Amino acid sequence: MSWEPIDELVTAVKAGRISAVELVERSLKAIDENQSYHAIISVLKDNALTRARQIDQAVKNGEDLGVLAGVPFIAKDNFLVYGSDTTAASNILRGFAAPYQSSAINRLEAAGAICVAKANLDAFAHGASTENSDFFVTFNPHDKTRVPGGSSGGSAAAVALGMAPFALGTDTGGSIRQPASFCGVFGLKPTYGLVSRSGVVAMGSSLDCIGPLTNSAKDAAIVLDVISGRDKLDATTIDKDTAGYANTEASLLKGIKIGVVKEYMGDGVNDEVKLSIKRTIDSLAERGADIIEISLPSLPLALACYYIIAPAEVSSNLSRYDGVRYGYRDTEAPDLFDSYTKSRGHGFGKEAKRRIMIGTYVLSSGYYDAYYKKAQTVRTKLINEFSAAFDAVDYLAGPVFPTTAFKIGENVKNPLAMYLSDVMTVAANLAGVPSLSLPIAQDSHNLPIGLQLMAPQQRDRELLGLAMAVEELVK
Amino acid sequence: MAKLSRDDVLKLARLARLELSDAEIEEYQDELSQILDYVQQLQQVDTAGLKPTNQVTGLVNVMRDDEITDYGYAPRQLLDNVAEVEADQIKVKRMVE
Repeated sequence: MSWEPIDELVTAVKAGRISAVELVERSLKAIDENQSYHAIISVLKDNALTRARQIDQAVKNGEDLGVLAGVPFIAKDNFLVYGSDTTAASNILRGFAAPYQSSAINRLEAAGAICVAKANLDAFAHGASTENSDFFVTFNPHDKTRVPGGSSGGSAAAVALGMAPFALGTDTGGSIRQPASFCGVFGLKPTYGLVSRSGVVAMGSSLDCIGPLTNSAKDAAIVLDVISGRDKLDATTIDKDTAGYANTEASLLKGIKIGVVKEYMGDGVNDEVKLSIKRTIDSLAERGADIIEISLPSLPLALACYYIIAPAEVSSNLSRYDGVRYGYRDTEAPDLFDSYTKSRGHGFGKEAKRRIMIGTYVLSSGYYDAYYKKAQTVRTKLINEFSAAFDAVDYLAGPVFPTTAFKIGENVKNPLAMYLSDVMTVAANLAGVPSLSLPIAQDSHNLPIGLQLMAPQQRDRELLGLAMAVEELVK
Repeated sequence: MAKLSRDDVLKLARLARLELSDAEIEEYQDELSQILDYVQQLQQVDTAGLKPTNQVTGLVNVMRDDEITDYGYAPRQLLDNVAEVEADQIKVKRMVE
């Protein structure tokens, strides 16, 4: 089942042609009918219906309604939402009741959107398949033997299965774009700092971004417009585009310069993926876009850089889970030190512990300069190469992932191999630039293939405009 | 790089306040060594004259007034998430002998 564009839904709600209760019920029905995909951790049925009734009453009263009036959505379960447990799909946070709500959710609710459910993820957003969820694996909507991608795999699957018109995800190294690509939906990682992270379980604070997963670039633009901009609860936030995002239109392709990233079109990429990307690029060229091959020589280093910086930040961010103020506590421990080690040792899953250990290593005395500081300096080198590339072109294009959705269990035995597959998505996080994935084709197994587009920082509006133009081309 | 020893892993686990099973220690000896081996390629990169990147926004010293803001939750609600509470206080094991 698919949803109408968000602006049409809102117009219908405001005109009284459809009620918010009907939309929420439609969403709840789709969640119920697709339980076998394990995309959802918790459903907020009563809260959602109560809010929907309030919105319907406001319509009847002729009140001024928000731009997302009555639109149901699903939040990844690392967003704090009132009236729900926020687990980050981890045992250590099982049963954690959010005492406050994330800013992104507050803004969506103020605009009239209604959170109906919380979606599965790799625990603490560590992973690319949802196989690291401490609870269960989500199945790919196109093939139940395959992963939906991750870490926002539940959010992507939920949108693909029609559970809601949009979902929120988080992207630290590709966690919105890669599952969007695997599930055949639209996924946007905005410029770093554009969306407040207040009230979202932190992973790698210099990399974490929040963004929407939707059915189209237009829907993503509408959602981004609501959630973006400065927030006094997150000092890293920046101003949104003065023109906003909601009224973004498909950009004219004639004369725009698109750089095809040479390092992303090499031997490691599956032939079908490469061919689809090339075809889309060719049709952009036919419409007058200027296609230029661009090399960022340090891109092959981005992964090593990421797998030092991200675990370092993870080990720091996850130190707060000590069993004292919230989360799982081993109450049998004889003393405080053991209480920490047992609560954390038993509460965290294998991947969280693995990343904490790596992070602890690269930050420890004697290794800090050689690993962490070196990685931060290589990060500067990479950022400089991005700047140079964006002097030559307006946008960068390439695949999102070397393959389409892989089989469940295929990569779990080898954590390093799993990390290596993030090679095409991590660079955008290191550079803080906006990047998105949009579905362009399907492979011979009918699995979706995504195109990755990137723009300079704070060019999210232009990037969405290009995505709209590409959508028209591949329709 | 040489493979991490059992003691190396135990030292890290202690620093990170993680209790690990014997099976986990063995697994991490292999896996962490592989991962650290991989990221070591950065040592060969010429970064002369470059400064480390700490953040990418370019924002400097974002200030706000130091005011009390009501976020609408009571201390009691925060205590609801605590495993052991006594007299509205968070209870922990003795830390000073």
